[in-house]
Amino acid sequence: MPSVRPYLAAFRARFQLMLQYRAAALAGFATQCWWGAIRIMVFAAFYGVHAAAAPISLADAVTYVWLGQALLALQPWVADPEIGQAVRTGGVGYDRLRPLDAYGFWYARTLGWMLARALPRAALMLLAAGIVLPLVGLGAWAWRPPSGMAAALLFVPAFALMTALGAAVLMLANIVVAASLNERGVNAVLTPLVVVFSGSLLPLDFFPDALRPFLHVQPFAGLVDIPFRIYFADLGGGAALQGLALQAGWTVVLVGLGRLAMERMMRRLEMQGG
Amino acid sequence: MNALALYGRYVVTSLRAQAQYPAATLMLTVGHCAATAIEILGVFALFDRFGPVGGWSFGEAALFYALANIMFSIADMLTRGFEVFGTDFVRTGAFDRVLLRPRAAALQLAGHEVRLSRLGRLLQALAVLMLASSLVPIVWDAAAVAIAVWAVAGGVALFVGILVLQATLAFWTVESLEVANVLTYGGVQAAQYPLNIYAAWFRRLLTFGVPLACVAYYPVLAILKRPDPLGAPDWLLPLAPIAGFAFLGLSFLAWRAGMARYASTGS
Repeated sequence: MPSVRPYLAAFRARFQLMLQYRAAALAGFATQCWWGAIRIMVFAAFYGVHAAAAPISLADAVTYVWLGQALLALQPWVADPEIGQAVRTGGVGYDRLRPLDAYGFWYARTLGWMLARALPRAALMLLAAGIVLPLVGLGAWAWRPPSGMAAALLFVPAFALMTALGAAVLMLANIVVAASLNERGVNAVLTPLVVVFSGSLLPLDFFPDALRPFLHVQPFAGLVDIPFRIYFADLGGGAALQGLALQAGWTVVLVGLGRLAMERMMRRLEMQGG
Repeated sequence: MNALALYGRYVVTSLRAQAQYPAATLMLTVGHCAATAIEILGVFALFDRFGPVGGWSFGEAALFYALANIMFSIADMLTRGFEVFGTDFVRTGAFDRVLLRPRAAALQLAGHEVRLSRLGRLLQALAVLMLASSLVPIVWDAAAVAIAVWAVAGGVALFVGILVLQATLAFWTVESLEVANVLTYGGVQAAQYPLNIYAAWFRRLLTFGVPLACVAYYPVLAILKRPDPLGAPDWLLPLAPIAGFAFLGLSFLAWRAGMARYASTGS
């Protein structure tokens, strides 16, 4: 059994490096507050005319928006920029020389990159939307705590799985970037797919009802829609466990696919640069 | 060579550079089109589920969406130099070189790069505009077309003004700050729904602070020949886009103040 230490070290190094970008975190936070506010006002307007048509309550929709803004950086919208750089400069050669599992090594770094960008923003957002808003009397627009102890406990694995699944999706994107030397094409395809099918754009149940059987089983649902609905107990008990199983199942499938693709790609990889 | 001819030369150079890689340019344009088109899916899903809101149907809302996206796509295409001003010019010291040339710095930045791929957003906006025209009985007579063109011109001026302000900030912060995205991408996001569905403080901000409502909401009312549900007088509606040009003018005043205190980073 190989040691996990090198992977933890790769994760920690990337995490600590990304934490240095405080201005970026603040700017991202400001952008996401504004974005969240617009989304919530739009929701409120539609709920005002016909609340009965909505699949979840307005308070839950508001919480959904804030959770989504807080954890935006966990969404696999764009491939890890350092992978493309490493392949173009030939730096990927060093990765090939390491006596490590290449997939695991990149996965750990990608995970560090995602979490380090997400966690400071999530903390700021929690402070602003979860604590300041209720204090200034805007409790109706606030980010609420999980609906009950069971939801809170179930959200812990749901959060871990949404992160693991997000990193697995990003790894597939990273591998395509490494094979094609350029991240633009991959990102152009990946971003709209993830935004729509994860539930970032709208909770999946807001789309026409006929699409539900498909929307609820595709892999991206595990990135936003499933964990957030577990958080406010829209998915509880058996349904929540089913959601967790879906997240875990797709994570295993995508990691497996990623490993296969990575092996093939690494065998054909030509070194660039010098 | 006068300023306009020089600017034309910049544009032609930039377009020829992109024509060297036609497949890449085309793919980037298609990608940008797809990435920006998904927003209309969200708008559609909400109207489909809830029905009309604030007196607006999906077709009418699509008209707001289309105009806001057309304005922004054109402004976005023309202002790359201002967008990357902090990162690529101030931080690197490249702005010193710009200042050595006997031409206005703003003109050189405006001609820095004209990205055709940004027209992807324009394509999807035009498609939505056609969709809106088929869903709502809009009479595209000469007056309506004139108001639409005038509104788009005002909107382009407004968005260019926001990007000039973003660049101006870099005189103080050195880096380009992502915060301006609040007003650019966030502005498009806000302007693609009718104004009267928003809270009062937000409406005031969009009318008197960053006058997005003046270039999108009020002129669309004039095109649809509808009175403002919030009570703005009818004669004001087609005049409102002038606020976009006023905003651009003020942005350039700020830009000049920034230029006056520019100190090179010395790299």
